[in-house]
Amino acid sequence: MQLAVNIAVLASIYALISCGYVLIYRVSRVLSLAQGELMMLGAYGLYATASLFSAQPLVAIVAAGVLAVTVGALVYFALMWRMTGESVLAAVLATIALGILLRGLMILVFGTQTRYPLDELGMSNVSIEVGAEARISAAGLGLVIATACVYGLLFAFLRFTRWGIRMRAAGQNPLLAAQRGIGLHGVYALAWGLATFTGGLAGMLLACDAGLEATMVVIGLKAFPAALVGGLDSIFGALLGSLVIAGAEVLMVHYVDPLLSDVVPFFVLLAMLIVRPWGFFGSREELDRV
Amino acid sequence: MTPPRASGYFRTDYARDFALLDTRTQKAWMLLFAAALLGYPFLAGPLALDLANQVLLASVGAVALMLLTGYAGQISLGHAGLLAAGAFTTGILFKEFGAAFWVTLPASAAVGGLLGLLFGLPSLRLRGLYLAVSTLALHFIVIHLGSEYETRRGFSTGIVIDPPVIGPWTLYDARAWYFVLLSAAGATVLLSLNLLRSRTGRAWRAIHRREAVAGALGINVHRAKLSAFVVSSMLTAVAGCLFAYFRGFVSVEAFSLFLTIQYVAMIIIGGMGSILGALLGTVFVTLFPYLIERLMEALGLVEMLASVIFAVNYSAFGLMMILFLVFEAQGLVGIWRRVQAWLLLWPFRQKPLGGAR
Repeated sequence: MQLAVNIAVLASIYALISCGYVLIYRVSRVLSLAQGELMMLGAYGLYATASLFSAQPLVAIVAAGVLAVTVGALVYFALMWRMTGESVLAAVLATIALGILLRGLMILVFGTQTRYPLDELGMSNVSIEVGAEARISAAGLGLVIATACVYGLLFAFLRFTRWGIRMRAAGQNPLLAAQRGIGLHGVYALAWGLATFTGGLAGMLLACDAGLEATMVVIGLKAFPAALVGGLDSIFGALLGSLVIAGAEVLMVHYVDPLLSDVVPFFVLLAMLIVRPWGFFGSREELDRV
Repeated sequence: MTPPRASGYFRTDYARDFALLDTRTQKAWMLLFAAALLGYPFLAGPLALDLANQVLLASVGAVALMLLTGYAGQISLGHAGLLAAGAFTTGILFKEFGAAFWVTLPASAAVGGLLGLLFGLPSLRLRGLYLAVSTLALHFIVIHLGSEYETRRGFSTGIVIDPPVIGPWTLYDARAWYFVLLSAAGATVLLSLNLLRSRTGRAWRAIHRREAVAGALGINVHRAKLSAFVVSSMLTAVAGCLFAYFRGFVSVEAFSLFLTIQYVAMIIIGGMGSILGALLGTVFVTLFPYLIERLMEALGLVEMLASVIFAVNYSAFGLMMILFLVFEAQGLVGIWRRVQAWLLLWPFRQKPLGGAR
């Protein structure tokens, strides 16, 4: 039972982060490897707003969310729009370089010690009993709920709203979309903003659960096998992929060896790449023609 | 393979076209350069010598990565994993069997070649992004195996390796190391240049441009890809072996993802598709932290930022990579060629045709 709870919490973390990978890839065909750093930036954003508005936790949380979206859009306008039309490698490397830059800056600004944004907000992370012999921390529960909300809203957003439809159109065929009057830069910036927001949300809740320090980046990197296993351009795939990766990781750590936790996602990823490179729900890349 | 000169110099036969050094001026410059390299350790101070050693060591790995990514067009993010494989092969053979230098070096190369085959297999099905990701996954697996060995055998802080013994000499002097590393780097560059002007190298360039066309021209695409991976990985593993001896210490912490990124940065900053670029990039990336440190000393910021100096390095490195990616996609070698063209045409100015070339 406790295992199931652990899987659910870990899957939520991965799902929140990996839907950022998927959003960006689906809309602009760029794989952003800076997602881990953006997640951490979101968490530090919460820490900063929490120390600013420590009296009103709600204001602090909303401000942190707005900050994350803004940062994401800024990243697009400052860097990524210059990389459109460049090779795959150049775009991926630009995101990696951005990640390194952000990591360095975050250490410079916030230092290396562990921070606890929850204490700044004046809340505590209580442990809640689930069923007979399982426990979940309040932040963990928050993660599961947040994941459900984010995915529900994303599905609705992409299906029914004007901007959601624009995003899907831009992802399907940017040229046609542009000719139909869709401003691609706006759509891409929105994708980056949303991706940073979901990643940042994961980072914030994770920071509430376990404290905030520079090693959190690894989790962002471990979430991207989840996106790939599910299929890089499918939101639902990201959810399923996260469940698979989290399940494999928790079970392996529990039954085989705790040291495996950092490699299991990549083992699953390799297996998937061999069997079905485009993932569970991803669309196959087009064939190469002369 | 060098581009033709501007003056009335013409190549009259194919052998001339393939010569590594074709004019007398080039040969003279190369001789001078070689003499400078040989004389360097007798003139340089200890710090300068150590830096030169680091550059030479890194250049082996950077040239290997350039062959794979810059020429054959196969993106790899598993470079640190391969370096680690070479270093750990050396470390394990030394610790378990007390193997000598002349055993561990070929053994590392063999392990590297095998791993290259393994790293290359996904490339037969995957391309671009997915290939990069699969090599990244392999990186984590190699690192995991290394740390598993460390913990199982009780070397959790790392494996200590004695300096290598070659014949009657024991290598621990920085000057002796300089000559070993110089010959390793020289051999790597020569091997790469020769490979590139042979059938194999032409096949690599062809599959880089377009696989389907290369296939139609009768190139065995699978073989070309795998050979690129195997050659590159062997060289990288040899670099890993040298790294292990040079440091005298092997530990998984040294082979983080950041090391891969540094190597990729070397070939990006140096300029894709050029051995000279790999060398320039290596010099730049290796010396960059020292430049930053000097700059901070000059600005008097050292005391203020002493505890976070690595973070300053990190940010500056990321920023530099972004600047090169955005503003100078051709890298240092692009700048070098522009300077050359400018000097050649002076006092006239060259107007590049069709944009950035």
